[in-house]
Amino acid sequence: MNKRWEYWLFFAALFLAPFYLTEFRLSLLGKFLCFAIVAVGISLIWGYTGILSLGHGVYFGLGAYCMAMYLKLEASRGHLPDFMEWSGVRELPWFWKPFAHPIVAIIAAIVLPTLLAALLSYLTFKNRIQGVYFSLLSQAVVVVFVTLFIGKQEWTGGTNGLTNFSTVFGFSLSSPLTQIVLYWLTAAVLALIFVMTRRLTTGRLGKVLIAIRDAENRVRFLGFNPTVYKVFVYSLSAAFAGVAGALFVLQVGLISPEMMGIIPSIEMVLWAAVGGRHSLMGAIIGAIVMNTAKSFLSENYPDLWLLFLGALFVVVVLFVPKGLAGIYESLAAVRIKGKRGHEREARVDVS
Amino acid sequence: MFIDQLFNGLSVGSILLLIAIGLAITFGLMGVINMAHGELMMVGAYTTYVIQQLFAQYAPQSAGMYFVIAVPSSFLIAALLGWGLEKSLIRHLYRRPLDSLLATWGVSLILQQTARLIFGAPNVAVVPPSWLDGGIRLFGAVFPYKRLFILCLVLVIVFFLYMYLTKTRAGRRIQAVTMNRPMAACLGIATPKVDAYSFAIGSGLAGVAGCALTLLGPIGPTIGTYYIVDAFMVVILGGVGKLAGTLLGAFGLGLISTFVEYSTSATIAKVIVFVLIIAFLQWKPSGLLSLRTRSLD
Repeated sequence: MNKRWEYWLFFAALFLAPFYLTEFRLSLLGKFLCFAIVAVGISLIWGYTGILSLGHGVYFGLGAYCMAMYLKLEASRGHLPDFMEWSGVRELPWFWKPFAHPIVAIIAAIVLPTLLAALLSYLTFKNRIQGVYFSLLSQAVVVVFVTLFIGKQEWTGGTNGLTNFSTVFGFSLSSPLTQIVLYWLTAAVLALIFVMTRRLTTGRLGKVLIAIRDAENRVRFLGFNPTVYKVFVYSLSAAFAGVAGALFVLQVGLISPEMMGIIPSIEMVLWAAVGGRHSLMGAIIGAIVMNTAKSFLSENYPDLWLLFLGALFVVVVLFVPKGLAGIYESLAAVRIKGKRGHEREARVDVS
Repeated sequence: MFIDQLFNGLSVGSILLLIAIGLAITFGLMGVINMAHGELMMVGAYTTYVIQQLFAQYAPQSAGMYFVIAVPSSFLIAALLGWGLEKSLIRHLYRRPLDSLLATWGVSLILQQTARLIFGAPNVAVVPPSWLDGGIRLFGAVFPYKRLFILCLVLVIVFFLYMYLTKTRAGRRIQAVTMNRPMAACLGIATPKVDAYSFAIGSGLAGVAGCALTLLGPIGPTIGTYYIVDAFMVVILGGVGKLAGTLLGAFGLGLISTFVEYSTSATIAKVIVFVLIIAFLQWKPSGLLSLRTRSLD
């Protein structure tokens, strides 16, 4: 079945959103699209390759912090960032200096998460440490980074994180036009990453990935080296998360260790799970739907939100393992079957 | 100073051990990862809190004795909850570790939020029994009775668990199912029963761990999350399926993190310990001791 027109429709609706959404809703949607970029990466590694990562908050956070460091330096206009002065730092630390250049910051926001992910996944997958062991190690990475970012307050702003930005490339971040441009940029990046990942997964590489998910050892016996493939997709999805983090901080104007912790990281997995981990478009929809539900529920019933989230984990895993995309597909299958059934009956009538 | 750190390390290790045993048993036996394990610990801690409050209210003259009741009751309540969890949810998730991880994570969120609704979000303090105040002075170092008590409690529990697993029929059935489930089933062992009661035992031990934690500081709804990640690291380090591996892993991790923390800072220590774990896995990818198996997957 050719679903291409549905994709066109979806992305057209996204690009036209500034014309029919209020400023507030647009800023929310822009944020959700950043999350959708992460969800595409999660679908790629989890749905296609069978790697469950509980550490994507870190890659997201690293990307966000890289961008935020540039924004902070630009907002401080040559002075020390305010939180450094409060913690008694006299001079800008050496690793902050390159981030005065936006290009360096953007490149770092992609390269640093990718490198970290590549290192972690290479050292584990090389030794054939797989499955839950990898998931738990990736969760430990989250704990390590959150502790580090909170503990090194004089370098990272501690629990408050980095905030109070003013301009990007000289344009005011608070102006509606800048926000709309950033929204379009996010939508374009999402579209690009979606198309790219779809190409990857529908091609030969995608077949190898699915084979690794289903029977890694058989793939190995067929002469492939699963480690190379797994490290590649894992790093790629970390790069997606890094890009998403950078776009997130531009639109939201805040990044703190809380946003890259254990719970946000596992929520990212839930977006893909709710949308349908085996479907890239499902993951995007899942991220948008889940975050819409979250901003509604957690504003109106903050106590209920965590209960709802917990119940959702259980329900999705037990009863709807294929998520929204699975429901949609089975509905479509029923419709097609129904049509064919009618045709057959019609033919019977004729004969 | 060295003796102080050594003792602290053993003390941290003993608590990690109590939490990790349950995880190691359930993962080795059923191939499920129980993320709600930390919350079972929290249940044990709150049970202790409630019992202490009851004693303080109705029997203030023997208030110090509450702990004697608290240890077995936190075991029982956590075990009961674990049993219910196994019967209702976990048994549908055998051999699906990734799915079990997500589903039990959901359970842990629900339990945390429930605790928050019942007891409130702020931490509550349990007054430790007065007979555990103070400590012994030895070799110029002070050993607090509380930590000594926890260490002894853990050693006694591990001893009994070892006897149970190796000397009793029920324990041997657990071992048989861990080693080869289809074979054990063929020989007439009711594997679903074994699963249910070993899950209950593991949960109960987490409850006791929670009870022990109340001696060391205030407790709150998120207390489980602090320990669960470290406990999983113990399982990864120690290997799955053998009690001795978990024992070595827990005390190893406890000692190493205490010493690293002492010589650097709490923040840097987390980083260094994690790097050490990854480095260790380069050398022994399946942990210190694990069941030998010829199967590939």
